[in-house]
This record gives sequence, structure tokens and C-alpha cells, in this order.
Amino acid sequence: MPEIKTQDFTAASTAAILDPKLRRALDRVAEGFHVARLDRIEEVTQDVWDGWKDQAREIKVHTIENLDYYLELLDKNVTAAGGQLHFAKDADEANEIVAHIVRTRNIKIVTKSKSMVSEELGLNPVLEALGVEVWETDLGEYIIQLAEETPSHLVAPALHKSKEDVAALFTEKLGIPYDEDIYHMAATARTILRDKFMEADLGISGANFVVAETGTLVIITNEGNGRLCTSAPRVHIGITGMEKVIPSMQDLSAFLRLLPRSATGQRITSYVSMTTGPRRSDDEDGPEEFHLILVDNGRSKMLADPALREALYCIRCGACLNICPVYSRIGGHAYGWVYPGPIGAVVSPMLVGLPKAKELPQASSLCGACREVCPVNIDIPKMLLDLRKKTAESPDSSLRSAPEIERVLARLYAKLMSSPKLLKMGVKFGRFAQKLERMTPVFSPLTTDGKWIRNAHIPILSRWTKSRDLPTLPKQTFHELWEKELSPDDS
Amino acid sequence: MTANAKITADLFITCVVDQLYPDVGVSVVRVLRRLGVTVGFPTDQTCCGQPVYNTGYSQQARTLAKRVLEQFKDSEYVVVPSGSCAATIRVFYLEIFDDDTELLAEAKALAAKTYEFSEFLVNVLKVDDAADCGAGHEGTVTYHPSCHLLRELGVKSEPQKLLQSVPGLEQKELEGAEICCGFGGTFSVKFPHISEGMVTDKVANIQASGADTLVSCDMSCLMNIGGALNRQESAIKVRHLAQILDPESE
Ligand code: SF4
Repeated sequence: MPEIKTQDFTAASTAAILDPKLRRALDRVAEGFHVARLDRIEEVTQDVWDGWKDQAREIKVHTIENLDYYLELLDKNVTAAGGQLHFAKDADEANEIVAHIVRTRNIKIVTKSKSMVSEELGLNPVLEALGVEVWETDLGEYIIQLAEETPSHLVAPALHKSKEDVAALFTEKLGIPYDEDIYHMAATARTILRDKFMEADLGISGANFVVAETGTLVIITNEGNGRLCTSAPRVHIGITGMEKVIPSMQDLSAFLRLLPRSATGQRITSYVSMTTGPRRSDDEDGPEEFHLILVDNGRSKMLADPALREALYCIRCGACLNICPVYSRIGGHAYGWVYPGPIGAVVSPMLVGLPKAKELPQASSLCGACREVCPVNIDIPKMLLDLRKKTAESPDSSLRSAPEIERVLARLYAKLMSSPKLLKMGVKFGRFAQKLERMTPVFSPLTTDGKWIRNAHIPILSRWTKSRDLPTLPKQTFHELWEKELSPDDS
Repeated sequence: MTANAKITADLFITCVVDQLYPDVGVSVVRVLRRLGVTVGFPTDQTCCGQPVYNTGYSQQARTLAKRVLEQFKDSEYVVVPSGSCAATIRVFYLEIFDDDTELLAEAKALAAKTYEFSEFLVNVLKVDDAADCGAGHEGTVTYHPSCHLLRELGVKSEPQKLLQSVPGLEQKELEGAEICCGFGGTFSVKFPHISEGMVTDKVANIQASGADTLVSCDMSCLMNIGGALNRQESAIKVRHLAQILDPESE
């Protein structure tokens, strides 16, 4: 698996938020996707859209509840079509299956189309260690491969890079003159990659869906690179998560309506490529071998947990990232692992282990925008809350996300709020402290002007007053006002 | 208004309004009374438990939620001047008690009679003209739909409808209105840098709206936005919807 940096969330997000270039890139791309997405919904009307979403969710619920059945059906049909299905329980196993194929088939050059799961497995370094040339062929993936970085968005992996960044990168890595014309840059990549498609012995692809009833692997792209990767080399390996199986071709149509519209605001992507088995005897071209690797790598833990199971319904459209006010300020890399944004804050802890990523579920205001845009109605805020519960009070200290003081404060808060009397005393004490502070500037835990606390020198509150003022306690609480002047007994 | 004379509503005033914004509570009472509602206030109430629930402390939240179930058992209606606390009672209590049939039944009964302030006015009292509460407001106003009100309770048009009918009030459009202000309870102090980024954008949009007053149905969001506005020495006022509807509020 690639390096896990989920533990550094606070530091990484702090640095990211100060990067104006990143912010501009995030605004531009996410906003573009978001607006186009809304246009598509308006076109078909919200009611129809909601109906599509419900239908897609139903399919996902049904499939995941019957996952063993559909995986067996898929296995049967992949085999019947002349392909081979492999099941990998973790990243090492998946990488070893690929490595074995590479070694035994004398593979020298690999072309890859976009696959988040191969990022999750850390496959490229494994291949490179075998002495194989690896070429990412999705333009965004190609850029970040050249830059030796990781994707920062589910569908737009190089979203964090401006065209100037890419021009400079091409000059540095490809030795070509600096040219920030996007068409020229795309043409450069195309020329280089065209040759590689033809030279490659192995094509590796991800899969947006795999259809159980036919054994078909489906990828949707805008560049056609997926089609070339899956048809030109003599061996094709598809790698994806085991949750990507869907029952039938008819079900596929439900998702083909939703995915492009949710992801980029397109009615359909330029290419929808379906691969069923290797080339048949009467096919003019196509690979001699077709392998499909389904990866567990922590997914069965999600499956076993009713509170988190619905994370497996995700079709990786990225809509929840584009709408998320947190993601749109800190970008994908701050999340520290392959899957960023709201859904990443659920999936990463499950895949890398909660102790390492326990901060991620906290990094949300629970505003619910992600749930609203999700094409399969995944209740992300609810799952974030569930993970918070799992980390707040766990008997296992490696799971607890907050310093001990937070637990003490939570208990104290519940005590205080369980006793109106105690609360009354607390408020009185607060008012007294406020007064004292005004009278004796020496004892000054708060800097106030009577109405506002401008600067609190006590933990927690100081985090608030760094950028915001806080109202001081008024002379009377509502309780007191009620008793004095509002209660009908008085009037 | 005699039409509502038979309606009794108990207030769940929320801890934020109780301790920091009692004037908002006063306006809520005045508006409801003007509309003919008999207003009650169970005085043992404190907090709905949301701050602890959202941070993951479900045991503590349960303790506080049980108190609320108890205090409002006999209420005809429960009115809450906060989308977020109303959502806690209507949505999150059902999660909190989903392992206990008896308490779940109580939670459901409470949820069925609990309303956020604006939806109570529009959907229960059938107020379609804010002039019915004597409201009048000279000035320009922009509205921030708080996230839980919007997305947990699905209350979208009600506050707008009330604002639109306030005599003298001119509404200004708020760019990015539905984007979170960055409060998020403990989120705001756990990740102050992200929260600050969010409220900074919100404030910029409010300033660009040209309104002299920002209105919302949640004082916690207004505490966040108002605190940022004040830090920037902005003259824009923040008001709860009830204060706009209450002619006696300054
Ligand atoms: S959680 Fe929903 S919105 Fe987010 S990527 Fe997955 S399918 Fe798309």
C-alpha cells in the first residue's frame, strides 16, 4: 500500500489552506463540475433525478446484501468468457497476482488506464521493482506520474495542478520547450503515449462496474485510453474493489445515467468501454488473456459493519468532494491517503485502520452537502458520526481520537447540563469572572470590551478567538427573563 | 389571532439562546403570543445534547436526550428556535434510542410534535403574511439557510416566505447561501483553520450581498458569522428570524 499520511491531517490541511494556488485550482475545477452537474439535473428535473438515485441505490443495496451470490455468478461468467477471476484479500496478494503474471508472461512494458484501486494497492512501485516500464495513460494520471505525486481527486487526479505547473513539469521531465497551451500539452502526451499503447505487453485497467450476468468489465473515460489499454496489449488485467459488481446490463444503464452527470456534469462520457473475456477466435484484435482481480483489502470489514456498509455503494463520482466546503479548501492530499474528501474520510479509516486515520471523521462540519449530492444517497454524515462514536469512547486508547481532556469535558458538560441548578451556578460564576476580568486587568484570561471577547487566553476558546470574536455572557439568561417578566404567572 | 387561540406550544429555547442570546428567546415568545399561541416553558430544560452527540459521546448525549423526552412528554407542540437543535430532537434522537423500543417510541412521539420556529409559523400556524405578527423592518436583509435546518429538516422555503412578507424589508441575494458557515459545533475549535476559511468566505459573500442585516434561524451559526463580522469591524447586524418578526425587538 502507498505511504499512509492520514496521521498528519492537521499539519497537512493547515499548509494546504494557506496555498492560494491550490485554492484557485480547487475553485475552478470543483465549481465547474458542480455547476455542470446542476445543469444536468435541471434538464431532467429534480423528481426524475431523485427517482434515478433511488433506483441506483436499490441496486447497490440488493447487490451488497447478496454479494457472495453475485461474486460467484461473476466468476462463472468471467470464466465462461475465457477469462480468469482472481480474488485478493489484501494489497500484497493483489500485487503478487499481478507480479506473477508479469514474470510468467515476460512482460516488459505496461500501460495503465486510471484505477484508484491500483493507487490503493501501491501497484506501480511493485511493477517498477520488477524492472517493468509503467505508463499511466489517463492525462491527469500521466501528469502526476511524471511529477511523482498521488491523485488529489477521485475523477480529476491532477486537479491541484495549474496549466503553468504542467507546462513547467513537461519542460523539466520531457525536455521540451515551455508551452502552456493546453492543446499542445495534451498533444505531446498523446504522441508519447500512442507509441506506448502499441509497444505494451500488458494493459492494466480499473473498472467502474463489473457485470455479473455477463462477466463484463466496464470503464468510462473521456480520452479513449481505457479502450486502448484493454485492447492493444496481449494481456489485460482489470483490477477493482469487490464492491464494484452489479447484477446485470440493465442495472448498468441506471449507473451510466448517474455517474457522468454526477462526476463531470456530462450526459455521457466520450467512451464507455466494455470488455468481456479475451479476444475470441473470430475477433480481429484484443488481448490473448483477460484477468480480473477483485480486491478486498479491508472492504469486508465495511461489509460486516451495518453502520458503514453503505460506503460500499460508492461509485467514486467525486460529487461529494466538489461540494464539500472542507475539501474545497484543503484539497485531496491533506487527507493523507488515496481516497480524499467526505467519502475518503469514511473509507480511508476503514482501509488503513482507524487508529491511523481517526482524525479524518472529525474533519467535517456535518453540513450534509455530500449526502445531498450523492447519486446513491450515501449518508456520509451519519457514517462520520458513527466513526466519531467509535473513536470517542473506545476502551482501546489507540482508537481514541481526542486527548483525555475532551472525554473529561464531555462528561462534565453532561453533568452540568443535567442539573439546572449547577448550570445556574456555572453561569453566575462565568458572569463574575467576566466582571473580575474587567476590573482587574492583571488577571486577564479574556480580553473583552464588555460585549465581545476579543482574545481568550484559555485553551479551546483561544482557538475560536483566533479569527472570531465571541459574545460575552449577557446580564440575564432566558431562564431568568422568563421567570421575571415572561412567565404567564407574572402577567 | 383567535385562530390559534387553542394552540399551546412549549419552548425548547436551546442552551445557546438561553445563555448567550436571551433576547432571541424573548422575541420568540412575543411573536408566538401575538399569533395567539399559549406559550409554555418547562424550566428544567438545558441542552438537547447535540454538542456531545456530534463529537461522538453518545452516552452523554443519551443522558441529556432523556431529560428532554421527560420534560416535553405532555407538550402539545414543541417549538425550537434552532434548526440544528430541532434536528437533534427530530432526527438524532431516533438514532440515539434505536436500541430501546420504549424510549424510541417516546422519541418518535416527541419528534412528531417538534417544530423549528419558522416551520411552526408557516406549517402549523399557517402564517402567510409576516404582518400578522405585526412585523415591519426597514432595511435590507440577506438570509443564511443553516445546514441542519436545510438538510436534516428540509426547511427551505418557510423562512424565506416569512421574510418576503415583512413590510419594508428588502431581501438581497446571498451568493453561496447553502454553503456551510464553518461552525459545525466542536469542529470549529478542533479545526479552527478550516472553520476560519469557511467563515471567511461566508462573510465575504454576505458583504457582497449589500444587505445591512444577516438573518438565520440558528444562533450558533450567527455566533460564528457574527463573531467573524465583528472581528472585521463590519457594521452588518446579525438577527434571528424571530427578531425580525418581532416589532418590539430593536
Ligand atoms: S460517496 Fe457518493 S458522491 Fe461521493 S464519490 Fe461516492 S458516489 Fe460519489
